[in-house]
Amino acid sequence: MRQGAPFAVAGGLLALSFGVVAQDVGFSAIAAIVMSALVFAGSAQFAALSILAQGGGVGAAVLAAALMNSRFLPMGVALGPSLPGGAVRRAAQGQAVVDASWAMAAREDGTFDRWLLFGATAIQYVGWVGGTVVGAFTGDLLGDAEQLGLDAIYPAFFLALLLKETRGRRAIGVAGLGAAIALALVPVAPPGVPVLAASAAALVGLRRERRDLEPEAGPRGPVEAEEHP
Amino acid sequence: MSTTAAVIAGCVAVTVAIKAIGPVALGGRDLPRRFDAVIVLLAPALLAALVVTAALADGDRIDVGPETAGVAAGGLVAWRSGSVTACVVVAAGVTAGLRAL
Repeated sequence: MRQGAPFAVAGGLLALSFGVVAQDVGFSAIAAIVMSALVFAGSAQFAALSILAQGGGVGAAVLAAALMNSRFLPMGVALGPSLPGGAVRRAAQGQAVVDASWAMAAREDGTFDRWLLFGATAIQYVGWVGGTVVGAFTGDLLGDAEQLGLDAIYPAFFLALLLKETRGRRAIGVAGLGAAIALALVPVAPPGVPVLAASAAALVGLRRERRDLEPEAGPRGPVEAEEHP
Repeated sequence: MSTTAAVIAGCVAVTVAIKAIGPVALGGRDLPRRFDAVIVLLAPALLAALVVTAALADGDRIDVGPETAGVAAGGLVAWRSGSVTACVVVAAGVTAGLRAL
């Protein structure tokens, strides 16, 4: 929970802006709060709102949310082997996946610390719903969310997380590749798809790092390999 | 059902389904070891994509605006101080300041 706390505060500010913006597209304060409490996925909620704001229908708004959330598919696949229990229990535990918790719970060996995931998500949930409540009821006093720069909070939040969690030259390279894939697709793909496609950058991991290659070179042991560099 | 209620119900359904698929399909079974490195690298790939699309994309256009500068300033603060809260506060503050000019 402690590790999730800074993200809960930042997420709360983001949720505050959601509470304000939702009412601009015709959500009641209660509807905005209910949406945050049940959906609990910031990017999807903003995506659905922006479609409604552009005059889109229910189907288009839900599709935008689904595409925005599609990144949780590879995250869930990665997390799956670390979750115990039957299908229903695993499905329920999978609901704890939000970006910050998922990234923090990932261990070096590809497994996940599920209790860190649950704890970090629990406190972010409180921040998310709480922030929406504040935004929904004080929106009129705050004024224009854009004027306050609240729209910068969401990308800044993920940038802080990226800087915190990215270690090593290869990870930095993959981050750059993921960013490049996403930007290249922005003009041609619907919102959400560029981020999903960027996950392909992680396939770089299939190429073994140079030091891992040596034992694979043949049936020779490491000692012999040193004798035949 | 009103538009608002339908959108909320639809978003809940797709979000729950998407988050459930991976754990249900792969729970209790290990991925081949060679995918370990792929999984570790998913986080930087997805996070970097989220940052650039949120800071630079406006619909289907690439758009450099006050929020881009704000996010960059926030990133600098996060890098120097390690504080997420300071990062988002600076990002919002710089963005708001530039818009007020």
